[in-house]
Order: sequence, then C-alpha cells, then structure tokens
Amino acid sequence: MGAGIRDKVAIVGMGCSKFGERWDVGAEELLVEAYEEARKDAGITTGEIQAAWLSTALEDFNVGKSALPLSMTLRLPNIPVTRVENYCASGTEAFRGAAYAVAAGACDIALAAGVEKLKDTGYGGLPNRTRGINSDMIRPNNTAPGAFAQLASAYRAKHNVKKEDLKKAIGMVSEKSHANGALNPKAHLQKAVSLDTILSAPMIAEPLGLFDCCGVSDGAAAAIITTPEIARSMGKHNLITVKSLQLALSNGLEAEHNSWDGSYFHTTRIAAKRAYEEAGITRPREEISLFEVHDCFSITELVTVEDLFISPEGGAIKDYMDGFYNADGKVPCQIDGGLKCFGHPVGASGLRMLYEMYLQLLGRAGKRQLKDPRIGMTHNLGGMPNANVSSVAIIGRLD
Amino acid sequence: MVGITSFGAYIPKLRLNRKSIAEANAWGNAGLKGMAKGQRAMCNWDEDSVTMAVAAAKDALRGVKSSAISRVFLATTTAPFLDRQNAGIVSAALHLGHEIASMDITSSQKAGTTGLIAALDIAKSGEDNILFVASEKRRTKAASSQEMQYGHGAAALLVGADKPVAKLLASHSRTVDFIDHYRAEGRDFDYQWEERWIRDEGYMKIVPPAIDAALKKAKLKADAITHFVMPTVFPAVTRSIGKAAGLADKALRDTLGDNCGDTGVAHPLLMLVDALQDAKAGDKIMVAGFGNGCDVLIFEATKELEKLKGPRGVKGGLANGREEKNYNKFLTFNDLITKEFGIRAEADMPTPMSALYRKNDMVLGLIGGICTACKTPQYPKSDVCVNPECNKTHTQEDYTFADKAAHVMSWTADYLTFTLDPPGHYGMVEFDAGGRFMADFTDVAVGDLDVGMPVEMVFRVKSVDERRGFIRYFWKAVPRTA
Amino acid sequence: MSAGIKDKVAIIGMGCSKFGERWDVSADELMIEAFEEASKDAGVDTSQIQAAWLATQLEEINVGKSALPLSVALRLPNIPVTRVENYCASGTEAFRGAVYAVASGAADIALAMGVEKLKDTGYGGLPAMSAGTNMNMRGPNNTAPGSFAQLASAYGAKHHVSKAEVKRAIAHVSAKSHANGAINPKAHLQKAVSVETIMEAPMIAEPLGLFDCCGVSDGAACAIITTPEIARRMGRKYIVTVKSLQLALSSGTESEFNGWDGSYFLTTRIAAKRAYEEAGITKPREQVSMMEVHDCFSITEMVTMEDLFISPEGGAIKDVMDGFYNADGKVPCQIDGGLKCFGHPVGASGLRMLYEMYLQLQGRAGNRQLKDPQIGLTHNLGGFPYQNVSSVAIIGKLGR
Repeated sequence: MGAGIRDKVAIVGMGCSKFGERWDVGAEELLVEAYEEARKDAGITTGEIQAAWLSTALEDFNVGKSALPLSMTLRLPNIPVTRVENYCASGTEAFRGAAYAVAAGACDIALAAGVEKLKDTGYGGLPNRTRGINSDMIRPNNTAPGAFAQLASAYRAKHNVKKEDLKKAIGMVSEKSHANGALNPKAHLQKAVSLDTILSAPMIAEPLGLFDCCGVSDGAAAAIITTPEIARSMGKHNLITVKSLQLALSNGLEAEHNSWDGSYFHTTRIAAKRAYEEAGITRPREEISLFEVHDCFSITELVTVEDLFISPEGGAIKDYMDGFYNADGKVPCQIDGGLKCFGHPVGASGLRMLYEMYLQLLGRAGKRQLKDPRIGMTHNLGGMPNANVSSVAIIGRLD
Repeated sequence: MVGITSFGAYIPKLRLNRKSIAEANAWGNAGLKGMAKGQRAMCNWDEDSVTMAVAAAKDALRGVKSSAISRVFLATTTAPFLDRQNAGIVSAALHLGHEIASMDITSSQKAGTTGLIAALDIAKSGEDNILFVASEKRRTKAASSQEMQYGHGAAALLVGADKPVAKLLASHSRTVDFIDHYRAEGRDFDYQWEERWIRDEGYMKIVPPAIDAALKKAKLKADAITHFVMPTVFPAVTRSIGKAAGLADKALRDTLGDNCGDTGVAHPLLMLVDALQDAKAGDKIMVAGFGNGCDVLIFEATKELEKLKGPRGVKGGLANGREEKNYNKFLTFNDLITKEFGIRAEADMPTPMSALYRKNDMVLGLIGGICTACKTPQYPKSDVCVNPECNKTHTQEDYTFADKAAHVMSWTADYLTFTLDPPGHYGMVEFDAGGRFMADFTDVAVGDLDVGMPVEMVFRVKSVDERRGFIRYFWKAVPRTA
Repeated sequence: MSAGIKDKVAIIGMGCSKFGERWDVSADELMIEAFEEASKDAGVDTSQIQAAWLATQLEEINVGKSALPLSVALRLPNIPVTRVENYCASGTEAFRGAVYAVASGAADIALAMGVEKLKDTGYGGLPAMSAGTNMNMRGPNNTAPGSFAQLASAYGAKHHVSKAEVKRAIAHVSAKSHANGAINPKAHLQKAVSVETIMEAPMIAEPLGLFDCCGVSDGAACAIITTPEIARRMGRKYIVTVKSLQLALSSGTESEFNGWDGSYFLTTRIAAKRAYEEAGITKPREQVSMMEVHDCFSITEMVTMEDLFISPEGGAIKDVMDGFYNADGKVPCQIDGGLKCFGHPVGASGLRMLYEMYLQLQGRAGNRQLKDPQIGLTHNLGGFPYQNVSSVAIIGKLGR
C-alpha cells in the first residue's frame, strides 16, 4: 500500500454558503459565496490557484456536465478543473482530488468546491431519475428514504430490537441534530424539535417519519489547500492537515451475495479501518474529538456510528440514550446540525462537513465551539445500503 | 388420443366488493343495486392479460420441464400490445427458449375455444406439449352492468397426446356474424346491444345446434354429459340452453359469477379447469364458447387426472383472495379517472430496446447466473463471480430464479415513491438456495410484511412509459401461498 | 509553480476493447474486455489494485451515476473508486486521477478505466440532453457537428482561405484517418475512403459532411499505473512514463468577451504550452513523435494541429496537403484511425488514444508500428469551441 497522505496537505481556507431554499440564487452565486469566504480565509487571489475540483452529483437538474460551471463562474485563469461525481461522497471526492494533486506535486495550491442547487426541480425530495439502463429494468422505483429504511428492519431483526425502541432511538438522533442546528446561522433548519413531534410526524417510508429525513436544500462549500510548507510560508500558524482520506465502494457483495445481513454498511467498516490506519488512530472512541456522519436519515447515522467503531456493534442505541453524541457528550456528532439541519445539496455536503471540522479545530465555531478538539472526522455514504460509496476523511491539527 | 395433459388457472388476488360499485353509483344508476352481490376479480395495477397468462401457465407447468414446450398460444381480446407478440412475452417470461412457435389469437369472445380446437388439431399430427393460454382483462365503463358482471382472469392448458387427464371426444364450430357487442379499432370500450335480443336470437339459436352436432360426432346422448361448461353473464341462459339440448340439470357448471365474474375469452377454459378439479375418471365434460358463432368441445376425464396434484387451479385461485372495498382504487387502476400523482409520476425513463433485448433473459425470464466454480447462485448473471472467496471470471451458467423459494431480508413501505397503489413496498429478497436482489413486493397491504417471511416470484408490470406507450415487465415478490 | 509529475508515474498495462456497435454487450462486458487485456499486460490482478478511477460521461443513458459500475463489474475489493466527468476529456481525467494518486503516495498501483455505451439510446449521433437549467433556457438546441462547424467559417475568414480549400483540406484529414483505421482490427470503421467520396457525402452541418464526423460507437479502455520503482521491481525493462498531464478550461473569454475570433481553441494553446513545459519539450514539431488529437470532426483536428504548435498558425492546410500527418509523414497523427474510425465512446476515448501511444512506444502496434517513436501526445477537447475543456497528455520512454 502507498505511504498515504497523512500530513502532506494543509487546509488554508474554507468557505460555506448559507444552506437552505435559496430561491434567490443559482448555483453560480452559491459557488461564489462559498469561494469568496474561503479565498479571504486563505488570503490568496484567484490567480494563485493552479488546479481545481468541482463536485456536483445531480448536474442534469442544474449546472450541466463537466467542470466548466466552476471555471466559468469564478473566471478561473484557464487552469485544470475536474468534475468528480460519486453520489453523496462527491464533495469529499473533490477534496480528495485536490489533496492528491497537491501531495503529488502537480500543483501548489488547489481548490475544491462542491455545489448543488436542488430547489429548481419542483420536487419535494430528490428528483426521480434513471439509475442506469440495466438497473432501471430490474430495480424497484425506490426513493432514498425507502432504500435506507431497509436498514431498520434488518437492524431490528439482527439485534432483537423492538420496533418502538428503534423508532425512539432514531428519534433521539434527529432531536440531537436539531438542537445543534438551532445554534447554526448557516443551517437550513434552525429550530429545536421535540422527541414527541419527531415520533408523531407523518410516515415517509416505514419506519422513517418526516423528521427522520434530512432536509432538501441548496448550498455550496469550498476548501483551498496547499502543502504545509507553503502554508507556513504564507504565514499560517495553527495548521490543519489531512490525516487520512479513504473510500470504499461496494462490489456487488451486499446486493447479490447472501453473506451480508442488511443491518450495517459493509463499505463504511472497510473505509474506517483504512482511514484509522492511515491516520495512526488505534482507539477511535477515545481519539476522535468530534465527527460529522452522513445522516441522510436518522437510521443511517445510528448504524454508521457503529460502523465507524465509535459505538460497539449493537450499542448505538444505548450511546444515543446516554447522550454520548450530544453537543456536551463524549464525542459530539453533527455539532453543526448535520444533514438533518443543513439539508443535502449533494455535491456540497462533504465539504460542508469538513468546513465545520476546520472551524472547530481552529476554535472559530462561535456558539457551537467545543473545547479543544484535536481530531475531526467526516463520513459520507452515497447510494443505498446494499450498494454504495463510503468515504471517511480525518483532519486534525499539525503538531 | 389427444387431450389436455395439464391445466392451470390464475385469478387476481384482489376481489372488488360489488356493493362498493353499486353504492358509489347509486345516485345515477339505482339499477346496479340488484347486481350488488359477491365480488368480482380485479387486476392489481401491475397486472394485465400477459401477466395473468404467465401466472396461469406457471400453474399448469408445475413439474413440467419448460424446454419440453413446443408451442405457445395466447387467446385474448385485451392484449397489451397490438403489434408485438404477446405470446412471445409469455414465452420469454417462462423461459421457453427461442426454438418454439407462438401465436396470439384474438378478436372474438370464442377465441379461447376456437384456439383450443386448433391446438388439439395440431396435437393430432403428433406434436406434444402445446401450451394454450387464455387471458382477459376487459375494461368497462364505470357504472355499467359489465363492470359488475366481468372479472379478470386466465386459464392455461397443456395440450398433447402424452397421458391426457382429459381426452378430446369431439368438437364442433359454427361461425355467425352475430354482433351482441363489438369493440372497434382505437376504441376503449365495447358497444353492446340489447340483452333480450342477445339471449333469444343469439345464445338460444346459435348454441344448441352446435351442441347437437358435437354430440353426434362423439356418438353420445345429451344425458351422458356430466359437466356442462357454458359461460354467460345471464345464468338463466345456461339453464335454458341445457334444457333445450337435453342436458341434465346437475351437469350445469357454476359460471363463477359470485366471486370471480366473467373473464371473457378465458372463461370457458377457466370453467373447464374448475370442472376438471371436480371431475372423476370417465366424466364427460362439454365446453361451449360463444361469440360471433359458437364452439363446442367434449372431453372425457381419464385416470391420469387423479395423478395431477400440482396445479392450484381455479379452486386455489378463488381461495387466495383479498376483498377490496375501495371502488376508487378500481377506477384508478383501470385508468377510468384522472388522478394526481405528483411530480414523481412525470419522470421520463425510456426503455432502450437494444438493452432490453440483450438482457431479455435477465429481465423477462428472471435468469441469473450460477458460478460453475463455487456454485453460488447470483442475480444478475455477471462476468465476475460475486462470492468474495471466488471472484472467478467467465464461470457463470444460466440459473432460473423465478421458481425458487425466497424470503424477506429487509423491507419498507414507501409513501414518497410513485406507484398507483401507495405505499410502495420493496425490499431485499433473499433466495433460500442462494442469490438475492432488491425487489418490489406486490399484492401486499400495510402491515403484511416482516423480515423472514416466505415469498415467491410473480411476473408483473414494472412500470408504464406513458409517453411512448411501452409496458415494462419484471418480476416481483408476493407472500408465498401455501 | 510546483515540480510537476514528469517521470513520477509509469504505465505497466493497458487494454482496449473492440470499438463499434457492440449490440451484444453492455458497458460491464466492455470494461471487463479492456481490463483483462490490461491485467495480463501488467501481470496484475484486481486484488493488487489499490485505487481506481472511472470515466463515464453520458452516464444517464447507460451505466448511471457514481463509480459503482466499475467497482461492481470488476468486483474490485472495496477499494476507493472515483468517477470523473469532464465532457470529452473524461478518459484523460480518469488517467490523471490515477496518476496523481500514485504520484502522491496514496496508492502504489492504480487503475484508470473509461467506458461509454452509446448504442443503447436509439439515436444515430449523440443523444439530445439537458445542458443545465440556465443553458436550457437560453442556449440554441445545437448539435455537436453544428458547434464545431463554426470553426470552419471563422478559420476561413481569418486566414483568407476559400470555402472550397477548407473543405478539401478537411477531407484530406478524414481520408488520412480512414487509411490508418483500415488496418486496425480494434477500430469501428476499418475501411479506406477516398477524398472524393468524403467531399460528396451528405451535408450534416455546413461545411461538415458525413465523413467529416467521427463515428458513434461503444467501447472501453483502461490503464494500470504505478511508480517507475515498482515497475522496475516487477521486472519491467522498457518503461513508459507520464511526461505531462495538463488541462485548461474556458472561463468565459471565448463566449462572453470579444477578444476571441472563433478560429482556434484558446484552451488547447494554454494546455499545450503548460504540457510542453512540464515535459521539457521546447520544439514540439521536432520532438513529438506522433499524436492523437481529438478529431470529433475533421475541422477540429485541423485547427488543433496549430493550437498544439505542431503546424504554424494558418499553416495546417499546407501540412495536411503535404502529408505531414500521414502514417509516413513527419508527425503521424491518428495512427490508429482516430475518433474518425474508432468512434467516440466519450469516457473511453482519452484512454484509447493513450493505448495506441503506449503500444507504439513499446513497438507493439503491429502493422501500424512507426519507426522508433520516443514521445507520444494525446489531446482531448470537450464542450464547444467557445467553451470547453482541453487536455494534453504526453507519455514517452523513461530516460527521454
């Protein structure tokens, strides 16, 4: 295996647009909003960026194909700009592309930007679309909540959990995120919601109710990265570096082979192991200061905290009941409000998560600031439980 | 001696309560109240004449090797495609192979009996294992008598000379351009003439001479007939014809009006299957089919009948019902009202014909692969084995999943997705002998499903491409019937 | 500027499916066909690959989104697999992603795969599709030939060349590619076509006739790469390394600012300059042994020869007519037959071009083999002349 990229790359600037139903702006303005914040933070000009990566997942419903939308919008100086798309991990993939380019020595300063404008589709949730011509002929016309709801039935069966007990636990997952999001001025939904309200909300896909689902919103986020050496030469002191960037993709096992029981994310476990190894983390429950997981649905988060080896297998419900993941808990999860409160503009989400980790690590998270975090982790999950892309990114202070 | 070597039937699980039709329409047609007894079989939104034909054929083919079938006939006046062979879709779903003859027979209510006579004639030349299926899903105007009287269903017969369960004694056909109803090209509904005229000038004058001629050919007296299959929506007509022909009263078969309804082209065969399920060796069964003339067939049940245990037939079909009291659902499923389904119903996804043809076995036949190296069944069939302990390339052979036992691994009831019958149920279906895939569930109600529940696979409409008028078929899971 | 990636990465295996109307197979099988060739070539199986990149451009009409189609088709062992999409440069982008991963130390052995299954759409050419919410409201309903045909009118006006002369020169461009493709068993169109036939063909978009347009086909191509050190350890002797990988994207100058005259590709000139610099090439007309340029249309190729600084500005017509780019010319161009004969399964094309360069550099190109080539260049152009993604890749023997 390659030596990895631990500490080879530093983040020198990040930006994040206000997320929400941004009826007033298009994807272009969202990109500019996020980029301008990142550029000012980094203290550079556009002319200094030597390569860029753009993530958009549902380009057919908005900006169209290729990386031209980013190049055109920011009037980048005819540099290489690459579009990556890897379902809901797209934002993290843009970051990974830029990180590898810098680590490879192909460029000194690179930009990763993610955007998605979802509210020009007319849909309440994500738009209905093709899953590829072979899949369209044989797969159910499933929605995202329906695909992730499958986890609940399998998790209950495996761990002998009563329907109402799991429903309550995932209700608490959402309750915690809403409490966090209420303090975040960039979140789409900035309102605390009671457990009772969550549990009595209309059913979307059994057992997921309305508040078990993340919002649908528009947003963009961006990161500017370079080598630690250049960062220092730019006068940066408290450097935030990349500790690991890992992905694992399904290869058909979960969907076609009877060895997977449907109650967990096979890929997340693999990506997490690799990421901890690359970052040199041996006891994640103790060493991770805070994390953002891909809470597209409450059940996804509950299952994922086990797959990331923070909660023991079958132990997530207890950890949620104990407040382990709350803002004042041992390992705060979704301290910014998560997808739950930010919504999930697909291409932007991975970078939005990193944005919060970056702010927290620098002590710039305002009312949400945690005490002295050292290591932040983000996780994305694209696709469905039975066939997906899972990414794990770990960033932390360079010391 | 040629005859019927196996039989099967399919009656959709949903049974519309006739009272619901009468109650919804009482404000405009109080007369319907008189017919508001019992239930009529109704297709789920994802069933049509082709899917019912496949289900009936599967019933008839329990224990028969599909490669043995020589020919497929499909009789129906409600074929989903005017120019794409519907019998060919049935053949593909049953994975009968390409070296097979096939034909659609249509345009008259007696297409079922006329086609059956043709199949029996072919069998006389020595051809065995001819699959003959009749299926019908007639659309009717809301608040019409036909809406009350008709039902949806299909019957399948295997025809040949190899140990028939019922051998053909004789048949006779008459062709008369008598128009009790018709449906012109491009029209959605039948146009009917007056019932009294149909009864007196139609049934009573066209059928009895055919019965006489058939009896003569069979060298039988009328009272020798033990089962008389005479489909009609006027029960009194069956009795009158029987009397006119000298048949015994107790020979008259029930027309399945109470809990199924008249299934049109399929009905003579459906009633025949019902009769075969009651018959004993030596019984003489007369089947009449009426429509622009008349066909009469006479069979004699043989000792082989007792040995045929597989088919669920009409009895099994009737027993496996679920009452539907919501008339609105019937109207919706049959496209009799225009309903709002939201933006998700607008998604435009054309079917590439080139890909469908390439994947015909995978899609229509539910054929997956089995790795010859590690014996892992998998769906879809692929070039690289999915078993992580194997992963060998180019090792897979065809493997049929359509007839394999399976169970639910995970599920949900989705209120967001577009389906004509929300919520959409789907989940991971795992085959007991290996293999799995994410499948739609159908014919289930909220609360039916649970992890571990046994299911079986059925051939259904997956979705309809309204813009291009194309129907996509695929397989779904239903709770297994005992 | 950073050090660049010259000679940091070696190609140890490549594969390319038969291109054409592959009615018999899906994208999965195409990928497997290309991969099995590369895998044998490299002596590497799926368990040794640590990261992969997939290029598919028109995923909505075939494999669908994400990099899962590659991971599932090859049953890759749950490694990171990334999908890149950058119009017609997508294949080169997959290669670039894999190269950066290896050069950064993130992976030792990486796979770059490109595939496109275009013949399940029912269209003769590329399918009509969304250009994005904003462009759908204001852009013309243009086709690819119509967009590239614009170059011809602007080129003629700028260089005072008559319509007839341009038409004849671009016909020679296509005739040369057909002559090359005729002897390539993997090409879609394997037939020589005369200049007369080309010029008399039905008009598609003035002045481009049928033979000025590349074919539409299915195909896949892939590369397995590692570091030169590992390649040597694996027993490789003749190592082909990456000399440069550059891209340039439009940022509005051509389409919204009056400084561009429509007769050339602004981005290609920028990408080419950067690429030559990274590769240490100062006299491209002398130093580049052969090249594959993005000949989606004959006019594209002719203009690009100038933008890559092989022909002088306004001098491409003369070079074409002189046979400079023919198989026996000074700098053979489209020696495999080009997009013209391979068609353009978008995600695969960039890798298919590299495949030919790789074969040629190793002396494995059969009856197309050129004499001792040292440096091969590939070029892609995605989008339209007025707004595009341009890529330039240079590979060569290690030590050059």
